[in-house]
Amino acid sequence: MILADLSALWLTVQLALVTTVLLFLLGTPLAWWLSQTRSALKPFVETTVALPLVLPPTVLGFYLLILFNPNAPIGGFWVQLTGDTLTFSFTGLVVASIVYSLPFMVQPLQTAFEASARQSMELAAMLRASPIDAFFTVAVPASVRGFINAGVLTFAHTLGEFGIVLMVGGNIPGETRVVSIAIYEHVETLRYDQAHGLSLALLALSFIILLLVYRFNRRTSIHVG
Amino acid sequence: MRVFQILIIAVSAWISPGTASAELVVAVARNFEPALQQLADQFEAETGHHVIISSGSTGKLFAQIQHGAPFDIFLAADQARPLELERTSRGQAGSRFTYAVGQLVLWQLNDDPVDTRNAIFNSDINFIAMGNPDLAPYGAAAAAMMRRLAEEGTLHGQIVMGEDVGQAFAFVRTGNADLGWVAKSQILSLPEDERGAYWQPDPTLYPPINQDALLLEQGADNPAAHAFLAFLKRPDTRAQISELGYTTP
Repeated sequence: MILADLSALWLTVQLALVTTVLLFLLGTPLAWWLSQTRSALKPFVETTVALPLVLPPTVLGFYLLILFNPNAPIGGFWVQLTGDTLTFSFTGLVVASIVYSLPFMVQPLQTAFEASARQSMELAAMLRASPIDAFFTVAVPASVRGFINAGVLTFAHTLGEFGIVLMVGGNIPGETRVVSIAIYEHVETLRYDQAHGLSLALLALSFIILLLVYRFNRRTSIHVG
Repeated sequence: MRVFQILIIAVSAWISPGTASAELVVAVARNFEPALQQLADQFEAETGHHVIISSGSTGKLFAQIQHGAPFDIFLAADQARPLELERTSRGQAGSRFTYAVGQLVLWQLNDDPVDTRNAIFNSDINFIAMGNPDLAPYGAAAAAMMRRLAEEGTLHGQIVMGEDVGQAFAFVRTGNADLGWVAKSQILSLPEDERGAYWQPDPTLYPPINQDALLLEQGADNPAAHAFLAFLKRPDTRAQISELGYTTP
């Protein structure tokens, strides 16, 4: 595998890691709120979270291209804040990936919190733990599997991101040229050897990651059950 | 089952009301798509044939044709790929000709009376969009111009590549890139008040963007395909192509 391809692979792993960490921080409170709330807003928030599952990446990519534009409010604010644009940058890809992978983080966490947390939280409340204390000492440990599932699915899903990156990335080596883009370019320019190399690497990586989760799930379910 | 068969016969009769009119599928490079749309309307009105347009980057269409995509005619953005298809007998030998010569321009949305050519040396420039030189002939021409201009002074902008000139155009049009190397035809397809400002370099400064047409295997027996190629070669059609931002050989 040539250096440019390795660099694309490394960039993709970095993107997936950063996205997963940030989505843990953003997604956990959101999933927790969704699992506990009786607010009338809940179905609207749930719908919004699920939208990236059904919308084609071209829709997300197109909207992001418009929003990231330095003359638009969001894009302009970012340029003022950091001096960099969101389009054609790694940061922009992170923002895009957070949107794109949001349901893969929030939905498993919400399910886990709903399944394990309610009774335990009531128990904790009876033992007079503060809600935050109860969240960290009761709900989080009870939802470990949910966290692992959410993290791995988010990571793996971001590895495979393509359409949005194609639309807002600009194919800059080391910045926005992720594996899926590199493969696309290799196929289009008939460099099938390189396309094979990268595709196989991505296939193997995804397989191993998912296999680890499913094995882990089986083992813990034996323990729990 | 019987109902189903009758339905199919009825539908196919409706699609092709007579033997005189036929259908043809044209695979067209993205830069020529707006022009083709206009030409196809006229061709359909004249002949009654129906033109189906499939547009994409020349590189992608080429790969699709190599893998047996059901196109009758290929209107490429370059010469190399139709030549290769002709050589590998995916296309009809001897049917290839240059239907248009692309004009590369450097474009910006800002239409103050500014000097677009020298804007490229401006240190405020963040991004310069162009097609991918490996995939798009306009990208290759743009890369040649960038090399020339880089000899004259420092270029500050970061190059961002679209997969083809259509995406380079979109990057500028949405305000994400300050400047872009695009096809003149794309700008002429915009309403006049949205055209911004552009600079057209002397075409001898970059490799010529000879856009070749080729009759493909599938179109060999399609009278509509032959009729369309003849239509493309007609002097009045060529004059029309010239008005849309190309030159004709």
